[in-house]
Amino acid sequence: MIEARGLTKRYGDKLAVDDLSFTVERGKVTGFLGPNGAGKSTTMRLILGLDRPNSGDATIDGKHYRDLAAPLRVVGALLEARATHPGRTAYNHLLFLAQTQGLDRKRVDEVIDLVGLHEVARKRSGGFSLGMGQRLGIAAALLGNPSVLVLDEPVNGLDPEGVVWIRNLMKHLAGEGRTVFVSSHLMNEMAVTADHLIVIGRGKLVADCSTEEFIERSTEQTVVVHSPDAAKLAEVIAADGGTATPDGDDGMMTVAGMAARRVGELAARDGLVLYELTTKRGSLEQAFMELTRDSVEYGNTSVPQPQVGA
Amino acid sequence: MTTTTAPAVIQRPGFGHTMIAEWTKIRSVRSTVWSLILLVVLDLGFTALFTALTVAQWDRTGATERAALIADPTSVILGGGLQLSQLTVCVLGVIVVASEYSSGMIRASLLAVPRRIPVLAAKSVVFGLLIFVLGTAVSFASFFLGAPILHSRAPVSLGDPGVLRAVIGGGLYLTMLGLFALAVGAIVRHVAAGITVVIGLVLVLAPLAQLLPGTLGKHVHAYLPSEAGRLIGQTVQRPDDLLSPWQGYAVFGAWTAVLLIVAGMLLTRRDA
Repeated sequence: MIEARGLTKRYGDKLAVDDLSFTVERGKVTGFLGPNGAGKSTTMRLILGLDRPNSGDATIDGKHYRDLAAPLRVVGALLEARATHPGRTAYNHLLFLAQTQGLDRKRVDEVIDLVGLHEVARKRSGGFSLGMGQRLGIAAALLGNPSVLVLDEPVNGLDPEGVVWIRNLMKHLAGEGRTVFVSSHLMNEMAVTADHLIVIGRGKLVADCSTEEFIERSTEQTVVVHSPDAAKLAEVIAADGGTATPDGDDGMMTVAGMAARRVGELAARDGLVLYELTTKRGSLEQAFMELTRDSVEYGNTSVPQPQVGA
Repeated sequence: MTTTTAPAVIQRPGFGHTMIAEWTKIRSVRSTVWSLILLVVLDLGFTALFTALTVAQWDRTGATERAALIADPTSVILGGGLQLSQLTVCVLGVIVVASEYSSGMIRASLLAVPRRIPVLAAKSVVFGLLIFVLGTAVSFASFFLGAPILHSRAPVSLGDPGVLRAVIGGGLYLTMLGLFALAVGAIVRHVAAGITVVIGLVLVLAPLAQLLPGTLGKHVHAYLPSEAGRLIGQTVQRPDDLLSPWQGYAVFGAWTAVLLIVAGMLLTRRDA
């Protein structure tokens, strides 16, 4: 279990993480979602004791990372930034990590096989592709068979096969009762992977709920209606508390604030013909963008419009 | 919950584990191997060259200079090689720490040993031992290569007063220099900047200090880290030396200790 309480980190004038509190529970994949620059990586670095918070506190199973006896046997971390020497082989990188924890050499071979790096284990990691580098990072994270995993953008640079592999791996690890905390800036990726979501924007907590609840709450339902009596139907809908917006003049409308079922009932009551009645959910990605719009660091809103002919 | 996540009593890995890991790090990159090969080649090559030139130029050498050579042939034998090969130790000392920052390795290192100080300590011990073993071996090799070449003009043997100390002193000097460079690398955290600082302190500052007027210049010069440290490689204390060989080495050690303490304090305080 990971607990953050009032975490705050300032770099110069910039507030990277702003009074952030949350709990990451074991046995679940918890997605840590936010646009680029929202403070995800910084928060993870604070949890892992790489950076020192200006105030607040982060603990893992009740302990500060710094106080863990053999940290890699409790927490496995994959950082977004590279953490390998390009001139060192994958094997030697994992070997030195294993040695710091008093782990057996055999464990190094095990994780190399587990992530499928057997062919290149004796090659220097500087020549690795992004995907191979990610696999090496995952191997390092799993080395100590930790009960807590902190993964910063693990699918970055992976091919589709690799993405599916990571997804299944994370679900499998959570299924074993481990704590899996994974960051991403891709809403759709998290929607299929995470059981729980912690969403931040500009270093502040935006949402902390189950993925289902997040999807439910943040995607507005609308109803697409096609009717030859569109104008009449719009009046009836308005009288019943909905809003109907015509899409063009061939009888298409989008109805908000009313379920498809009620639209159908109203049409039947007044004998109005319906050609089409479809419930539509807004896209999750759209909802995520709207939720974090106010907190995106570099939005598109302030881009000056080109002056034409002036 | 499966057995894998059951809370087990985990023993804190000891300093020995950290040292073994640091040894793995040092031996598994090519820059170490190349620097050390260069150290051996430069040292022995220039020992042979300097002693051979000294012999060849003997008839054209003045009486006072000859007297100085005969009084302390060891300095001629060891000095030439050491003067050049020390640069490889300066460079390697900076690289073993600073490359962790340029490559991002430091994050992996500190995640594994979050108390941080043991990383610097283990690195210092392992690197120091490596340079001591190799540096002393090279120093002996250099002596046994140079002494026969110089023998016809300025005979010297390992049993002469101060000679054994001076030869081992070559290894001791390189060891302290390596730790000095390592500390600078840990403070500066940048390979190129670190090397510049160390080379500047070792090569540029000494002649600069000698330009200072009168006894001030003499004192400043005597207490500069590398100048003080170099005395351990001399068999005899010259009349104008302010410090004895061991005093000089202690001064060099004090400089290095201060830098290592600063490096340790910064390591625990700074974000990685």
